[in-house]
Amino acid sequence: MTTRLRILDDGAWLSVDDTRQVSVSELWRLDAPGFCGCDLSDLVVENFLEVGIDGRTVEVRVYGQCIACGTKATTGWVPVGRVVDGAFEDIDRESVLRPRSPKSGQHSPDSGSTGQG
Amino acid sequence: MPTDVENWKSEVYGNEIREHLFRFAEEGYDAIPDDERDAWFERFKWWGLYHQRNGQEGYFMMRIGTPNGVLEPGQLRVVGEIANEYATGPGTNPIFGDAYADFTTRQSIQLHWIELSDVPAIFEKLEANGLSTQQACGDSWRNIVGNPVAGKDGQEVVDAWSVIRELNETFKGDDDHSNLPRKWKVSVTGSADGSGQGDINDLAFEPAYKEIDGEDVVGFNVRVGGGLARNEPRFARDIDVWVRPENVPAVAGGLSALFRDNGDREDRYNARIKFLVDEWGAEQVRETLQEEYVDFELHTAGRDVREEYTYNTGEGERNDLVGVHEQRDGKYFVGLNVLVGRMGAADVLDLADLADEYGSGEVRLSQRQNVIVTDVPEADLDDFLAEPLFERYSPEPSPFMRGSVACTGTEFCSLSIVETKNRQVRFARWLKENVDLPDDVEEFHIHLSGCTASCAQPQIADVSLRGMKTRKNGEAVEALDVGLGGGLGEEPQFARWVTQRVPADEVPGAIANLIDSFAAERDDGESFRAFVDRHEDAELDAFVEPEETDYEDPMLHNTKMTWYPYAGEDGMDAAPPTPADD
Repeated sequence: MTTRLRILDDGAWLSVDDTRQVSVSELWRLDAPGFCGCDLSDLVVENFLEVGIDGRTVEVRVYGQCIACGTKATTGWVPVGRVVDGAFEDIDRESVLRPRSPKSGQHSPDSGSTGQG
Repeated sequence: MPTDVENWKSEVYGNEIREHLFRFAEEGYDAIPDDERDAWFERFKWWGLYHQRNGQEGYFMMRIGTPNGVLEPGQLRVVGEIANEYATGPGTNPIFGDAYADFTTRQSIQLHWIELSDVPAIFEKLEANGLSTQQACGDSWRNIVGNPVAGKDGQEVVDAWSVIRELNETFKGDDDHSNLPRKWKVSVTGSADGSGQGDINDLAFEPAYKEIDGEDVVGFNVRVGGGLARNEPRFARDIDVWVRPENVPAVAGGLSALFRDNGDREDRYNARIKFLVDEWGAEQVRETLQEEYVDFELHTAGRDVREEYTYNTGEGERNDLVGVHEQRDGKYFVGLNVLVGRMGAADVLDLADLADEYGSGEVRLSQRQNVIVTDVPEADLDDFLAEPLFERYSPEPSPFMRGSVACTGTEFCSLSIVETKNRQVRFARWLKENVDLPDDVEEFHIHLSGCTASCAQPQIADVSLRGMKTRKNGEAVEALDVGLGGGLGEEPQFARWVTQRVPADEVPGAIANLIDSFAAERDDGESFRAFVDRHEDAELDAFVEPEETDYEDPMLHNTKMTWYPYAGEDGMDAAPPTPADD
C-alpha cells in the first residue's frame, strides 16, 4: 500500500495521505547532541524540510530553534509517527525524540504560502 | 525533480481551473476526490481561493484583487454585500463579529468562510461589477500595487494608474504568464513619496527622469528581486534600466518571461526571483532581458527621486496616507485608519454610502491596510469628517492604532504560528491607554506577522513582531520575536531581530519599556529609527524589557491546534462538519 507523504503550506504542515497531521510550532525535546550544546534541545519547529519513511516510521527533517540556547539549525531525521494498517498514528511527541543523523535526500519542500495579495 | 506543485500545475493550471472549480461547486465539495484535494486546493489559489486551515474543512478564504487598491464607484458596496451574504461561518470573532472584509498589505480584499457552492454566484456578482479574484493568489501576476491615490495625488510626477491598468489588463489571464515558478509581485509608483513600496516587490517601477535628446523625460527606473518571506528578506536590486511609461508592459512582460523560463521549479524555497537575482547579479538580469526578452534598446537608469521618499520611513511627512490631503484637482482625499485592516460588512456598506454622498463613490486601499475616500470637495470636508462612522475609522487616530498592521494569523491561516489580528487590536488598545510617545513623535509602526511568510511586512516597521513559541513556567505559550528599526525610504533597512521569544503577554510591557528608554535617551528630535540605528543589538535588547502588566492575553495557548481559537469548544474534535451543499 502506498502512503502519500507531503510537506504542504510552505513547509508548515506534514500531510499523510492528504490529511494534515503534524504542524510547525510544536515544541519537541530532542536528544540530539549535534543540534546544539544543550543536554536536551527544546526545539520549536519552524519549517518542515523533508519527509521520508523508514519501515513504518514517518520521519521528518525540520528547521527550528532551540528555545533554551537560541541555536537555529536543521535536525536529522526525527520520528513523528507510524503507519499502521495504512493509517497514520502519532508518536508521542511530548516525550523525548531521538533523531537519526541526516541522510542524503532531495530537499523537497512543497506547496505555496498564503499572503496578502 | 519538479515539485508536487509543479506536477499539479503541469496537469491543470491557469484559466482552465475555473471550469473545474465550477464543476465542484455544482457537484459538491465531496466530489473532490480525497487524494486530489491538495492538488485542487493548490490550483484554486489561482482563482483567489485558499482553503482555510485544519478544522475548517470546506471553507475558503477568497481574495479579490483590486489593482492599486482602486475600488471604482459602487464596487465597495458590492464587496460589502458579498461579505454580508456569504462571509459567515461557524466561528464568530469576539471583536469583529460575523461577516467582515480584510484590507490587505497588498491593496487587496480578503473574505473568509466562503463555501465552494457559493463561488459561482459570487464570481457572477463580482464580475458584473468589474471585480475579479483571478490570479489573486497562486504562481502568477498578483495584484499590482502602488501609491493608492495614483492619478489624483498632487505629489505624482508620472501617471502610474494608467500604467497599472494596462499591466493588469495585459497580464491577468494571459496564458504566457499564467504559470510562473512562484508568485510575481509588481509595484508601479508615480509619486515621489515612495508609497508604492517598490523595494519589497519582485518587480518595481519607480519614478525617474532621463535626459533624451536634451530633454528631461519622466518615466520609471526598474528594480528586481525584492521580497520579505522566509527569513530571506531582500530589497529589489537596481538593474540599471529606465523605461518610458508606454514601454512598461514590454519590459514587465520581458522580466516576467525571464522569470518563467529561468526561475527554480525544483525547490519552491528557492523559486522567487530574488534568489535568481542573488545568483545572477543585476547585470546578468539586465543582459538577459536585453538579449532575449525585449526588442528595443534599453536605456540606462535615469535620475530617481528616492531622496524625496517619506512613506514608511519613520520620520517626516506622509509616513502613511491617513488624514486629509489635497488632490491635484483641488478636491481632497481622506485616509481612514482601519485597525488591522478588518472592517465589518455593515461598516463597509456605510462607508460605501458616505463615499457616494460626499465624494465620487470611489474608495482606495493602502498598503497599510487602511482605506481612503477620494474626491471630497473642500466645502463638504467638515460634514464628512463629523460622520459617526469615523469614530471607529479615524482620520486622526492614536499613533498605536495608526501604526498597527497584522496578518491573518491562526484564526484562518495554515502557516501562522500565533494568533495575530485580535492580539494586535488588544496590544494597540493597551498601548493607547498606557503608553505615551514623546510629543513630537506622531507615528509609530508596529507590525505583527504570524510567521516568516511576512504578510504583515514586519521587517519594515519600527517594531517588528513575528510569531514564535516558548515555554513559560514550563508550559508552551505563544511568543513573539521582536525586531526594531525597519523602514523604507531612500536607504531602506530591515528591522534587526534583537529580542527573541517574548511570551505574548509580556510584549506590551516590553514595548512600553522600550518607549520609555527611547524617550529618556533619544537625542533632541531624534526619530525612533535613527535611535535604533545608533545602538548595538545588545543595547536594544536591554531596552526591550519583557514584563507582565495588567494586559491579559487570552490566547497564550496553542491556537494553531484549535479548530477556531475563539470557539467555546475550540478543540479539533469539536470542529464543524463541512458545509452542506445548498
